[in-house]
Amino acid sequence: MSEPNSKRKKRAKSCRVQTPMSRRALLRHAGQTAALAAGIGAVGWWAYSDAPIRRRVEEVLKIRDFRVPADALHAQMAIVRGQNVEQMAREALAQLGGLERFVQKGDRVLLKPNVGWDRQPEQAANTGPELVGAMTRLCIEAGASDVVVSDVSLNDPHRCFFRSGIEQAVQESGGTVRLPGTGDYLTTDMGGELLTHWPVNKYLHQADKVINLPIVKHHSLTGCTLAMKNWYGVIGGRRNQLHQDIHTSIVDLAAAVRPTLTVMDATRVLKHHGPTGGSLADVSIENTLIASLDEVALDAYSLRWLDVTPDQVPFLAMAEARGLGRVDWKALQPVERQLG
Amino acid sequence: MSDTPKRGAPPKLTGWRRVVPGLRGVRRIYSVFFFGLFVLLLLATDGRYLKGYESALFLELDPLTALAGLLTSATLYKGLALSLLMVIPTLFFGRFFCSWICPMGILNQWVGFLFQKRRPSEDHRLNAYRPLFRVKYYLLVALLILAALGALQIGLLDPIALITRSFTLALFPALQESGVGLYLLTPVFHGGILIAVIFIGLMVANRLMPRFWCRVLCPLGALLGVMSGRALFRIRRDVDSCTDCRKCLKDCQGACDPDGELRVSECHVCMNCVEACPEGSLHYGLSQARSSVHKPLDVNKRRLVESGVAAGLFLPMMKRSLSAESEPSPQVIRPPGSLPEAAFQARCIKCAACMKVCPTNVLQPALLEGGLEGLWTPILMNRVGYCEHHCVLCGQVCPTGAIQPISVAEKVGAEPYKSPVKLGTAFYDRGRCLPWAMQTPCIVCEEVCPTTPKAIWYREVERPGRDGFPVALKRPFVDPTLCIGCGVCENKCPVEDHAAIRVSSVGESRSSRNQMILKKKQP
Repeated sequence: MSEPNSKRKKRAKSCRVQTPMSRRALLRHAGQTAALAAGIGAVGWWAYSDAPIRRRVEEVLKIRDFRVPADALHAQMAIVRGQNVEQMAREALAQLGGLERFVQKGDRVLLKPNVGWDRQPEQAANTGPELVGAMTRLCIEAGASDVVVSDVSLNDPHRCFFRSGIEQAVQESGGTVRLPGTGDYLTTDMGGELLTHWPVNKYLHQADKVINLPIVKHHSLTGCTLAMKNWYGVIGGRRNQLHQDIHTSIVDLAAAVRPTLTVMDATRVLKHHGPTGGSLADVSIENTLIASLDEVALDAYSLRWLDVTPDQVPFLAMAEARGLGRVDWKALQPVERQLG
Repeated sequence: MSDTPKRGAPPKLTGWRRVVPGLRGVRRIYSVFFFGLFVLLLLATDGRYLKGYESALFLELDPLTALAGLLTSATLYKGLALSLLMVIPTLFFGRFFCSWICPMGILNQWVGFLFQKRRPSEDHRLNAYRPLFRVKYYLLVALLILAALGALQIGLLDPIALITRSFTLALFPALQESGVGLYLLTPVFHGGILIAVIFIGLMVANRLMPRFWCRVLCPLGALLGVMSGRALFRIRRDVDSCTDCRKCLKDCQGACDPDGELRVSECHVCMNCVEACPEGSLHYGLSQARSSVHKPLDVNKRRLVESGVAAGLFLPMMKRSLSAESEPSPQVIRPPGSLPEAAFQARCIKCAACMKVCPTNVLQPALLEGGLEGLWTPILMNRVGYCEHHCVLCGQVCPTGAIQPISVAEKVGAEPYKSPVKLGTAFYDRGRCLPWAMQTPCIVCEEVCPTTPKAIWYREVERPGRDGFPVALKRPFVDPTLCIGCGVCENKCPVEDHAAIRVSSVGESRSSRNQMILKKKQP
């Protein structure tokens, strides 16, 4: 037999026969097949649906109310003029009862400056780094366990936080900059007229206290971008569509996010070509900080630098009608101080 | 040290030889180092980490991109002179680049090891020389003739450009998708799947034959093979002590016949054969008394001429096909600092380094937007991203100068520059624009316009809506003399699919032809 190996194998294969099944083997085989059939049937039963896609019910969060109870002993709004931003911030907060009234030991605090643009501090398109740094230090002094600074920038976020000087100011003061990435937005029920379910920066949800740090700027559609408008910077998604009814959107946002405190940066004011600016000719030096518990009054007061009156800005009256504050800032009897 | 090892016994390592790695060990250390360096430099090709690192080092060390660029543009551009660091040693020491330095070669070696059929009978067959290996020389000749006639297509097959492109456009985004945090905002790439399929295909080809890419296709390997033809230092076989056991073929990377007359042009100097030889008959160095002769470069001269002629005939056909070079294309918006289209095509090697560094993901590999020759060259797709006003990173990382390294001042037209770099011009589609067509307020475009003063301006009008009541609107316009074509307006436009304001390449600074507005000479 000098046949090559492969050929012999082939013939052997074709000659293999099967012996008749024993009863036991037959029953086992049939039983296994029936179990398989039943299993497939059960999967079909379980998976049957008249919906084309089985969806997981998405978890929808709500934004906490970050306010602290009102206090009749202290002012609700303080206007401080001066040169040294940290001293001004201390003075303004002291008039409101001190930061200890708002930030308890162990609180995780979120600071929300306006860091929308790739601009330098002098161009006044972003909140000044001096204020963000000072507020970080004050929060740590008040016992905050963690001070996070975050914003949803319009330009490249790394560049915005770097060039605005805010990254450095926060790091030097002991806080943390957190940039929201692709997966860092949580679906949230905003409960507004226009804003229903929107993706919201997760760092807002992780905070115990939220301090709004806007800057006074011109804006071509609303005339101004102030404290309430600054909440655009906590949402993701196609927020550009909100411009189609910007006043309702601003009020919806302000109603959804109620901060612990707002400190307005009016040290440099961008008077024209906002909200991006770019030219120093559009910037006016005003050396003022305003701390307030009422965003509506604060926004109404801040219009003085933009040559606009409150009745030209519909979202103020709309916000008052929704009970978010009062347009008549004088009724709050703000404290005014001049330092240095 | 004095007693010679017995014939047939495995080489015995004694004394210091047990601690110090052999030549193969040294090569392994080098390959891990260079592959790691390549990955690190590519990861550092990012605005956050790019702080003066020579991020394009491997592309600059690559003699093929240097030579092809020299043929198309008659210059050895800046960092590409580093390729001489590879060329000169290759002339003396052989084609060491492929297994010691080349990230594509090293990756293929590792993948080839994983895919190896571990049957001793296969080693000799898989690692034997085959005439198929000549293909890479024909590809090299075709690509170099094309380059000499002015068309740079070397980037399609250059291994460093290929692996940089594959990692940037396919592997890194895939890692991000699987949860490795490489980016803040997950990038997407136009036709990235095509790059991924080609890359996976080349890796799987190691199943057919270890290092299929390096042995059969790589034009850089072919170029280094030609250069190593005169190498003084090479693998030498002592014909007297050799027992023809062919154990040297077991892990031979180049499939270069170390068991017979070594094909020096195919040899990667990987040193595996030297360490595998039980007789100690193989050594790397100068010739000894009874060293075997070597085979010259194995190419068919007729095929070589045919490849060259084919490339020469193909070129005029290509030049007569409509492309961004023959007729400006609205979609071919090049990165800031790009050379005029013909020069750009003569320099760009499609490595995608610019796409890696781009912070907004606007730089995308073109498919056929600029013609077939523009495949995988960078274009701006403003629906994906936009050109960040103060960013010039793409020009900083471009190894060939297709995108010139410009300063921020030059880009935005600050002193002493007269005018900013224009990439194109934005146009309104008034049938889609909300204030123009839908009587709905919007002007997001005006808000985000970065120039000072803004190139987008508006006119306040009152127009009756369908119910007859007047609606107050701000209707936007573009000032073409101020618009720089950055595309942020198109990117942020709320009309989601096809924006109501779109940038096309007309008005781009780099072209004297692709213009529309008649300008008076600046005083």
